[in-house]
Amino acid sequence: MAKKLKMNKPKKVLVLGSGALKIGEAGEFDYSGSQCLKALNEEGIKTVLVNPNIATIQTSEGMAGKIYFLPVTPYFVEKVIEKEKPDGILLGFGGQTALNCGVELESKGVFEKYNVEVLGTPVSAIKNTEDRHLFVEKLNEINLKVPEGKAVISVNEGLQAAEKIRYPVMVRIAYALGGRGSGRAYNKKQLEELLKKAFVHSTQILIEKYLGGWKEIEYEVVRDGYDNCITVCNMENFDPMGIHTGESIVVAPSQTLTNREYHKLRNISIKVIRHLGIVGECNIQFAFDPNSEDYRIIEVNARLSRSSALASKATGYPLAFVAAKLAIGYSLVELENSITKKTKSCFEPALDYCVVKIPRWDLEKFKKVSFHIGSEMKSVGEVMAIGRKFEEAIQKAIRMLGVGLHGLVGNQISFDGIEEELKKPTDKRLLVVVEAIKKGFSIEKIHELTKIDNWFLYKIKNVVDAENDLKKYNLKNIPKEALLEAKKLGFSDFQIARLVNPSDEDMDNNMLKVRELRIKNKIIPVVKQIDTLAAEYPAKTNYLYVTYNGNEDDIEFEEKNSIIVLGSGAYRIGSSVEFDWCCVNAVLTLRKLNFRTIMINYNPETVSTDYDTCDRLYFEEQSFERVLDIYQKENPQGVIVSMGGQIPNNLAMRLFRQKVKVLGTSPLNIDNAEDRHKFSRLCDKLDIDQPEWIEAAKTEDAENFAKKVGYPVLIRPSYVLSGAAMSVAFNKHELGIYLQKATSVSKEHPVVLSKFIMNAKEIEIDAVAADGKIIIYAISEHVENAGVHSGDATMVLPPQFTYLETIRRIKEIAKKIASALKITGPFNMQFIAKENEIKVIECNLRSSRSFPFVSKVTKNNFIDLATKAIMGKDVSGKYNTIDLDYVGVKAPQFSFSRLKGADPVLSVEMASTGEVACLGSDLNEAFLKALISVGFKIPKNNVLLSTGPIKSKVRLLESSRKLCEMGFNLYASLGTGKFLQANKIPCKILYWPLEKKEPNIMTYLAGGKIDLVINIPKSQEEEELTNDYLVRRRAVDFAIPLLTNEQLTKLFVESIHTKKISDLEIKGWDEYKNQ
Amino acid sequence: MSYEYLFFLMTKKNNIELVLKDGSVFSGFSFGADTGSAGEVVFNTGMVGYPESLTDPSYKGQILVLTYPLIGNYGVPAKDKDSQNILKYFESDKIQVKGLIISDYSREYSHWNAVKSLSDWLKEENIPGIYGIDTRALTKKLREKGTMSGKIVSENSDVEFYNPNKADLVKEVSINEPVIYASKNHNDDINNKKVVLVDCGAKNNIINCLLKRNVTVMRVPYDYDFFDHGFDGIVISNGPGDPKMNVKTIENIGKAIEMKIPIFGICLGNQILALAAGGDTYKLKYGHRSQNQPCLIKGTKRCFITTQNHGFAVDMKKMPNDWDEWFVNVNDGTNEGIKHKTKPFMSVQFHPEAMPGPVDTEFLFDEFIKKLNIKNHYEN
Repeated sequence: MAKKLKMNKPKKVLVLGSGALKIGEAGEFDYSGSQCLKALNEEGIKTVLVNPNIATIQTSEGMAGKIYFLPVTPYFVEKVIEKEKPDGILLGFGGQTALNCGVELESKGVFEKYNVEVLGTPVSAIKNTEDRHLFVEKLNEINLKVPEGKAVISVNEGLQAAEKIRYPVMVRIAYALGGRGSGRAYNKKQLEELLKKAFVHSTQILIEKYLGGWKEIEYEVVRDGYDNCITVCNMENFDPMGIHTGESIVVAPSQTLTNREYHKLRNISIKVIRHLGIVGECNIQFAFDPNSEDYRIIEVNARLSRSSALASKATGYPLAFVAAKLAIGYSLVELENSITKKTKSCFEPALDYCVVKIPRWDLEKFKKVSFHIGSEMKSVGEVMAIGRKFEEAIQKAIRMLGVGLHGLVGNQISFDGIEEELKKPTDKRLLVVVEAIKKGFSIEKIHELTKIDNWFLYKIKNVVDAENDLKKYNLKNIPKEALLEAKKLGFSDFQIARLVNPSDEDMDNNMLKVRELRIKNKIIPVVKQIDTLAAEYPAKTNYLYVTYNGNEDDIEFEEKNSIIVLGSGAYRIGSSVEFDWCCVNAVLTLRKLNFRTIMINYNPETVSTDYDTCDRLYFEEQSFERVLDIYQKENPQGVIVSMGGQIPNNLAMRLFRQKVKVLGTSPLNIDNAEDRHKFSRLCDKLDIDQPEWIEAAKTEDAENFAKKVGYPVLIRPSYVLSGAAMSVAFNKHELGIYLQKATSVSKEHPVVLSKFIMNAKEIEIDAVAADGKIIIYAISEHVENAGVHSGDATMVLPPQFTYLETIRRIKEIAKKIASALKITGPFNMQFIAKENEIKVIECNLRSSRSFPFVSKVTKNNFIDLATKAIMGKDVSGKYNTIDLDYVGVKAPQFSFSRLKGADPVLSVEMASTGEVACLGSDLNEAFLKALISVGFKIPKNNVLLSTGPIKSKVRLLESSRKLCEMGFNLYASLGTGKFLQANKIPCKILYWPLEKKEPNIMTYLAGGKIDLVINIPKSQEEEELTNDYLVRRRAVDFAIPLLTNEQLTKLFVESIHTKKISDLEIKGWDEYKNQ
Repeated sequence: MSYEYLFFLMTKKNNIELVLKDGSVFSGFSFGADTGSAGEVVFNTGMVGYPESLTDPSYKGQILVLTYPLIGNYGVPAKDKDSQNILKYFESDKIQVKGLIISDYSREYSHWNAVKSLSDWLKEENIPGIYGIDTRALTKKLREKGTMSGKIVSENSDVEFYNPNKADLVKEVSINEPVIYASKNHNDDINNKKVVLVDCGAKNNIINCLLKRNVTVMRVPYDYDFFDHGFDGIVISNGPGDPKMNVKTIENIGKAIEMKIPIFGICLGNQILALAAGGDTYKLKYGHRSQNQPCLIKGTKRCFITTQNHGFAVDMKKMPNDWDEWFVNVNDGTNEGIKHKTKPFMSVQFHPEAMPGPVDTEFLFDEFIKKLNIKNHYEN
């Protein structure tokens, strides 16, 4: 029966966050945690939050009563419990990280010891969902079907189980997120390999019958303490079983299920949630036979998840908010439906639209990674599109990805070996399907190769057919019906322009012609509401989308003082939750200033797309076309483009040309900063130094430049597409290789080469200006030398090693730029400093990745000030951002373990998927907290050293000696070992992987004999590179902490030398004060 | 193919219209029979189950608007029958609606048990269908102004408006002669319970739900005098139209109440039971037609998600004192079921037999079956 709360209502509740964004655990937990805190705050319950992710909304002022920027690990959480003495804890809002931490604390008896009640789903129920053996047992009790399988605890047992189940089999890990370590094996050899790796992450592995080709269906189920159950949403994967749901295109609601099937699975979902005793929210995944009504239950997640965030946004039902209320004892019947404000939360949303989610990958950013998608999650973000036709929604979604695609058709892209591409899906599979249809593959054939349901394929074919039709017309003779039909199928003006007027190369102008034509023909989209009840009841909802499949707007457009804020779009490497923080804070300030706020964004993982963040939410494309559509309907006072990162920033000029009022810094000046030539001229004029650079259209020019300034040189495509290759070349040979790579990304565009300065410090300034005057600024330094992308660097605020003179000069340069570009709003500049030279390497007239970090560390909300400045309000005042009595350190989170084969090395191309930041009374303390927060384990016994080129060996000698003094057993590669021994540091020398001799580094790594790998990359020779790569990769595969940067290694050794874990203070954000 | 597509576009003129009594016109494209039709325009917000909905006799005389925009996706299944000669995938033998209005029609369907497209089925049964309608705008109109008469007209056909609430719809959908569906136990005199199903337009799954519970079902015409037959209880089915039109049925149930025979009413059955008990009913502005209606057991926090299809409701204020309100709608507070304080009479406004919709309240059939044990066989 239902669990009743022991207490009436808790007084103080601890909420666990999910830490840094990583593959499999991303922005959705900021959304769920934030909703949870809102729900608790409303009840007058005191809240305490542990989450080191400083860029989140949940770790902002006014969200949690008390915030700890500390690792979400049992050690730290216990310390917080000891200090805070909460009477309740919530484990379901911080993803797998929080859940795992909670399960461990429970088994250690921590909750009992401190008398903390686990609210919502009890830990016993969580265990029943996470432990595969218990899970299967529980479901067998009520005669429900799971895939034939066996939970095993050793490789041998696994191999035996597979013989019985028969190949192919699926390997799954208990307590893992995003399908980590999972995979399918067709034979013994493949299975053995998989198992060995899998056992590194878990002690229990499940071997299951592989159900490839079945449909994959999910339900989001809610249950209250009174046993009321509802399913808020069901979703169908476009991609069949075998492809992780996080890697799949997902539609809501299901499209190919009949009533019997839909309700059969719904009924089973409810049986399961009841039997497992879940209170709150859970997600259940099914495999469903495409040829009968047979099913298997794949898994249950007894927590808020990526899917639940999607379901919330897809239906308008605030799942996390409701789950939090249920956890503190409410029934579904008592809670209001916050969308209609008329009905209750105890109902199942009826959709009158369809939703398509597409994952966003960034695989091009990684060296050596496989592009195939499968049972392990690799995507870093996702987009969600809403339409009243599937074709409309999916075409929107493709554009939203922001990878240069215009929809299903109208792209200049082609594939070789279609059949093979269809059989072995990559991140481009959707486009391969389109190409297959164009090449005359039958739907049946494509289905046979992909197992994608025919229904979806037919819909894609509709778009291809429409493309063929459009091609017959030109701008003059296209009938209104054809134009309207294309818009209904989700074609953008750009797509239509490319098809009906292919000769016009000026696409901006070309699409404007189409726009003009359709407006003349009164082909204008309408705005519809998402109201959870398909218009059955009047709704007060502000949740909107735009469609051509309708005749009238649902809402009226009042010309009040409204402001549009453009959101951050899909999370990707380099643009993530930090920009959502900026957008939400801008909206909050605008609301305080009594403006009506309109948000445009399409990322279901965000808080900015939450139902109560702004006055009007358009869950829509941030394309020029759509922003203009909305602008023309809403007629706002202006648009803010400087909060959501580069995507809205890129629209500034084009909107400006259409007479859109862009607020803040003038788009003309944004262009002056963005355009390399213009910016360079400005720097020269202002006497600001920058690394020498050229724009080279020919290899010859590039080579001559490199010869002139001297290697190494930095190469980047001038047209920055996602995954554009940015690299450093140390010689002519490398330059040749990289040039080839760079130009293959964007043929029409030349590359930019600049002098790469070695051994220089990198320093950033984040600032806000009003009318060209800086109001506030913060200067942070990087631990790593220049050459590590600023997004991957460890940042320190206030700077600990930078000379005051340098700081003063940086401030001077920023002042000059702010004044010259008449900046109003946020901006960020990056510098390199070497000896007495300071050179500008980046300048962005928008908020940057580090705005939440500098805001929270200095306790001055930069975005609040920036927004006020943009709106012309008074922002004068004195803000202290340098003289702090504590230190903040921001550290990157890498997800290399998810990306099979990727080389886990830092470079000029950003690779981290998230970040954390911690505070400490000194640099070492803050640094260690941050490092532990991103999953780094402090070594206990054995350290492997391979310290790179001789200069770096020398520079790391002191650190090596310290490690030795601290009692670590040192192991080393040959060169490093000889060097250490010559310097009287004892160590054991191991063979390189390619030497294939014992004792070999690889064996030691696999055998769990090494606790920390320090591997500084050295020469560029192929063999050395391979050896280094193999070592680094194995460290990642076997979850061994890895350091590949010299400065980082130094700081790390110094930190563990001066601080023990127990020295790290348990202090809330509010406890760090300036005297 | 693209020539076909071109042809499709050329011919795709707005060739069919839905005209509402208030004069508003919604034009779209035909995908059903090329014929005119008139009826009461109602909307349903369920996202699945068009084969079940279209064959639900409660829709008799109505033009159905589906708010979920993508329709036809999984085609139409074959008319397979089970061992009791009941259609497996449909709620009655034919399409009951007078017309179907949707937003987006999937010309190509995909499902293992589909044998034809929705379009072909509509054409076969001579029912018009329109797609390309802003069904959300239409629904909002119906919500604000209430359900109203409407007609589907094309170039070739115009028809008069028609108000089904004045017609004897139940007569049109009920059977003419009693039919017996024998349970597995029908030869077992002690364990075989027998239930009279008063067919006011009964959905097939009501019969299935009873048979599953091992009772023999005697399905009788709505106005049939069944008191001469031996039986243990009465189920009053769902059905179309104004409950007060069913004078004879109300009279029969009144008699059954006097005889203390266990009664279970569903949908129209709820209204008929209330009327037979001396209560009253009224027409709702736009009814409940959906699969997500929350119904609370009155006085508790226990709530069920139910599937519904009704335009009339029981007026709880006018029920005699010996009746309790059993279920109540959480959204609008209307009555969702009544129960006699002491005697075995109960009924619900929603559909415990589902089809389409959630099956959460199927247990109510069990509760009814339990009541059959109170007294065996009522015979005159």
